[in-house]
Amino acid sequence: MIRFLLKGILRDKQRSLLPVVIVIIGVMLTVFLYCWLRGILNDSIELNARFNAGHVKIMTASYAKNVDQLPNDLAITGVDTLLIKLKREFPEMKWGERIHFGGLIDVPDSRGETRAQGPAAGFGIDLLSGDRSEIERFNLEKSLRRGRLPVHSGEILMSEEFSVKLKVNPGDTVTLIGSTMNGSMALYNYTVSGTIVFGTGPMDQGSVIVDLDDVRNALDMNNAAGEIVGYLADNYYDEEKVAHVVTKFNSLFPASNDEYAPVIVTLRQQNSLGKMIDQIKAVGAFAVFIFVLSMSLVLWNAGLLGGLRRYSEFGIRLAIGEDYSHIYKTMIYESVLIGLIGSLIGTSAGLLGSLYLEHHGLDLSNMMKNATILMPAIFHTRITSTAYFIGFIPGLLSTVIGTMLSGIGIYKRKTAQLFKELET
Amino acid sequence: MRKLVIPVLMLCFSINAQTPSAKDIIEKVDKNMSADSRVFTSKMVIHNPRNTRTVESKSWSMGEKKSYTEYLSPPREQGTKMLKLEDQLWIFSPSTDRIIQISGHMLRQSVMGSDLSYEDMMEDPHLLNHYTGKINGEEKIADRNCWIITLTANTPDVAYQTQKVWVDKDRFIPLKKELYAKSGVLLKRMELSDVLQIQGRWFPKKILFKDVLKEGDGTEFQIMEIEFNTKIPEYIFSKASLKK
Repeated sequence: MIRFLLKGILRDKQRSLLPVVIVIIGVMLTVFLYCWLRGILNDSIELNARFNAGHVKIMTASYAKNVDQLPNDLAITGVDTLLIKLKREFPEMKWGERIHFGGLIDVPDSRGETRAQGPAAGFGIDLLSGDRSEIERFNLEKSLRRGRLPVHSGEILMSEEFSVKLKVNPGDTVTLIGSTMNGSMALYNYTVSGTIVFGTGPMDQGSVIVDLDDVRNALDMNNAAGEIVGYLADNYYDEEKVAHVVTKFNSLFPASNDEYAPVIVTLRQQNSLGKMIDQIKAVGAFAVFIFVLSMSLVLWNAGLLGGLRRYSEFGIRLAIGEDYSHIYKTMIYESVLIGLIGSLIGTSAGLLGSLYLEHHGLDLSNMMKNATILMPAIFHTRITSTAYFIGFIPGLLSTVIGTMLSGIGIYKRKTAQLFKELET
Repeated sequence: MRKLVIPVLMLCFSINAQTPSAKDIIEKVDKNMSADSRVFTSKMVIHNPRNTRTVESKSWSMGEKKSYTEYLSPPREQGTKMLKLEDQLWIFSPSTDRIIQISGHMLRQSVMGSDLSYEDMMEDPHLLNHYTGKINGEEKIADRNCWIITLTANTPDVAYQTQKVWVDKDRFIPLKKELYAKSGVLLKRMELSDVLQIQGRWFPKKILFKDVLKEGDGTEFQIMEIEFNTKIPEYIFSKASLKK
């Protein structure tokens, strides 16, 4: 019977085309929307983790309280000893020292007088030790617009936008004017080795990246670091694994009154990221729910319309002696087949579109130019296991339920009036 | 009656002679503390919450407007020079071979992480030119009798709108100061000690500065050597001297 029904569906386009197309569109949009929202959430978490928060971050207690001010006078000292301990106790984690600093980038003219000046947000990360972890986390090679990455001490990377604003090219010398760990004024010359595009508004406006040891020299921070960021080995933020790391860290470094004692915070605890994650999840779930609900109503309606359009057909079939329940059953089987075909094609189309954007992304940098929070400018979708059934199940069920409801009408048809109805 | 009037008048005059006006006191303080020119070497012991650092420097100043400082140690700061002319300041950093100009509110930033601002470090203002004084009482500081004088700025270009100064009655030297912002907030405390007679004037060789808005135990500013009213070549106060 299934082969018979399938042949009917394929051969009678009038009967099947519209419901299948509606199911395909509905399911495809549901899958794509879900993957899009997951992608935004994932990109935001990943971006914040890579550039700023890590999966966990270790700071001194005082630094953690004033982290927005980048208080390097409260930085962790004796970092080498702490790192040895961290690597020994947490082999599942990758650790990186960082110094965030603020200051002015001053560009001299030929006489050494200030030609241009602009406020900079700096990152001191490991660029020259041979360990490429931080270069990869900051995606520096792909972000390079002009010049090259630093290969010698005393070289600096500037964001392309900042370099254009200050009219600086690779090879030029700039002076960092900042503040040392002790509060003295710090002046340090760097040669611009290259320019980069981060792809995120706030960072493209005035960021510079320097090797960690160069920042230490400039800011008089010998064996010190503002932050130590930790990443789970698979580079994927997992709250359970992170909670385990935090528990173990707190047992190794119990809370004390020492304001310079190291403390650990998770990604969720930083920059209101936890709130943001929860909000995006809640809004995403709500949006998907509303979308699935409305698509179900549309598909249900399509099922109803299909039933009504075939009012005469069912009349003839009843008139020639077909049983009520048989017609009802074939209608449902048909709708299952339509739902299956539509959901399969819709899910596949949604997944294919999502797969394309997962790899290539959608560049919204023009819209993110004035953004002041750390948000990606290129959005990617993210395909998770849920994406395989989030559209499929409502696509199938709503078609079938729609048909079941519309099909009830068959039982109300009276055989005595059939010919009268058919005559009109 | 005549016998009575004369002693009473004498008593009144003697009381007046014992309590000079605030203006007179400030004038005498200026005579001790300020000079047409000064050359001194000094040592700043900066007590930060995490460490103590010592910075040595040599300074030349002429009047209120011109000042020049060269840092002698530690090695990181050695060779750093600062020139202040009126309200502009240039800093030369030997490691960068650059001269950077700072002005405006930056002059109120800390010097070398100490409790002194660039203005505290490099200015030698005559109090009488900028403040109006009022005697508010008396108090003993380090066993010395002092007048408490409140100074209120009468010019807009001063770092501290109000100062409360404890002036030694005998030597006309401030032994304690409290420096306030326009809002009335206490910004800094100063304790002046090791008062010695140098070139016929009393002068404190040690000043403890405490920026109350900053953590730490303050900065001891110690004068190692000082010469007043000495002739300073004019080229010292030029930008060219910064790179020499």
